[in-house]
Amino acid sequence: MADQKTLAEPTGDAPYRRMMRPMEGRLLGGVAQGLATQLSLDPVVIRLMFVLLSVVDGVGMVAYAVLWMITPRQPHEGQPPQRDWSQLAAFSAIGVALFAFGWLTGASQGGIGMLPFAVGGIGALILWQQADPERRKSWVRGATSSIRKNRVRTLLGVALVVVGAVGFLYAQGELAQARPGLLFTVVVVGGLAVIAAPWLAGLWKELQLERRERIRQEERAEVAAMVHDSVLHTLTLIQRVAHDPREVSRLARSQERELRNWLYQPAQDADATVAAAVRRIAAEEEDAHGVPIEVVCVGDIALDPAGKLAAMLKASRQAMVNAAKYSESPSISVYAEVEGEEVTIFVKDRGKGFDLDAVPLDRMGIRESIIGRMERHGGAARIRTSVGDGTEVMLTMKVEKA
Amino acid sequence: MTRVLIVDDHRLFRSGVRAELGDSIEVVGEAEDVETAVQAIAAHQPDVVLLDVHMPGGGGQEVLRRVLGSGSQVRFLALSVSDAAEDVIGVIRGGARGYVTKNISGKELTDAIRRVAEGDAVFSPRLAGFVLDAFASSEAPSIDPELDSLTQREREVLRLIARGYAYKEIAKELFISVKTVETHVSSVLRKLQLSNRHELSRWATARRLV
Repeated sequence: MADQKTLAEPTGDAPYRRMMRPMEGRLLGGVAQGLATQLSLDPVVIRLMFVLLSVVDGVGMVAYAVLWMITPRQPHEGQPPQRDWSQLAAFSAIGVALFAFGWLTGASQGGIGMLPFAVGGIGALILWQQADPERRKSWVRGATSSIRKNRVRTLLGVALVVVGAVGFLYAQGELAQARPGLLFTVVVVGGLAVIAAPWLAGLWKELQLERRERIRQEERAEVAAMVHDSVLHTLTLIQRVAHDPREVSRLARSQERELRNWLYQPAQDADATVAAAVRRIAAEEEDAHGVPIEVVCVGDIALDPAGKLAAMLKASRQAMVNAAKYSESPSISVYAEVEGEEVTIFVKDRGKGFDLDAVPLDRMGIRESIIGRMERHGGAARIRTSVGDGTEVMLTMKVEKA
Repeated sequence: MTRVLIVDDHRLFRSGVRAELGDSIEVVGEAEDVETAVQAIAAHQPDVVLLDVHMPGGGGQEVLRRVLGSGSQVRFLALSVSDAAEDVIGVIRGGARGYVTKNISGKELTDAIRRVAEGDAVFSPRLAGFVLDAFASSEAPSIDPELDSLTQREREVLRLIARGYAYKEIAKELFISVKTVETHVSSVLRKLQLSNRHELSRWATARRLV
């Protein structure tokens, strides 16, 4: 076609590009060409659109006239160039032919029925003219690029729309037969869907992207909250108690543990399994006594309803308390292992140890809370200690697996 | 005198470690990311590299891959704040001869460096726990029985490490020499590095997600 060169290349990057009617290459008033430049489309498409619309009660002509009036002429220096009369003749011929066709078939008698389309179309055009240039650019870029990428799809879509439209006009003439009308409507909708599919897909993708971004932001907010609520808080506390090294290290430890759990441990219900419960008890005793307790767990098992494991956990807590309070050990090691139906917990310190036989009978800590409690529930407790060599409490319990 | 290179992206931590290490250890250099680490190792040829797990440019595993991949015999001791099983198992399988966490005391760290320099392995209680856990869940039949399972003795040694026993205490407990304890640990390390049990890696990743 003759106007290929004018396709889609807007001159310059004017921040707010208004629609103009150029003198160069105009056929009538330059409206179609101006509109084409504005829409980054081929002017031929626009011209055909006007011609087609004119067949329907002359809507195209009205639209053309309106646009001619509201659009300023592009300044042009020197003699106004000649119009390409041959092209104008060709478009006129198409228009006349269509008009004749419409008149013969009675399609243009659609009358008032076609009015909404015309009003809608003109509304859309005005909206387009008023739209924010940035947004307009992105619309056009999306549309033109997808048209370029999918020539076949676009052609198919356009063909379907044309067939549908012609069929619609045809069916309008024979109002009695509503069925073909519906059929052609379906065809039109189908064609539009084919054309719009890539655009809709793009829109969907953009939505997904936005959703992901939002999730990421929420995660970031959670991290920020964590850092703010606990880490910053602890740092402030540490500065306040800077004179007390024991308290400082206790605060640092507890904050470290909290952060570690948050980073590396799956969210566990501390009242559901042995490993989680041991970790929680160790954390609580560490906080209460300011002695680091290292916990290592191998395997895991759900707490039994009979309460055997709950009793065992209480005994292990007592062992940790004893180690923290009396051993003077710098740290305590806790190891919990679940092997099949057997649960074993070791609590070891490197403190001063004691003479087991010399423990008076009324010292409830070891005899009652640890040994007695384990035996009452069918388990066993063994204590290895000697003066100066630290203490290790070993608890074993057999449970039936649910 | 053991010559050590410290690789860590936190300057504060590097100087802290430097200050803590005993007189028997000479720090020959520092590096703060994968690129400078690879260069410094080639330039200084240290006995032991203290390697941070998380670093810009691919982390400790990338350093291991590039240095050990080029045929170097340098020994690595991984030093990290991370408790994640995938990190621990990852660097060990990448070729590190031990894994200790950053809250280790200066004396223990000096000990661990000496042990690694002598060609032994260093297992923290947590690493021992991870290994026991990983080798315990053996539902799939093993491909290589020698590599894919631990011996009774190795299991005992690991369990004692997990309970907080020092090598000397383990030796006393099991009536064996410290050297034998070290041999068992090294053998576990070899299995951990060479075993093809795909569960091992899968286990490490699953630990994080369960």
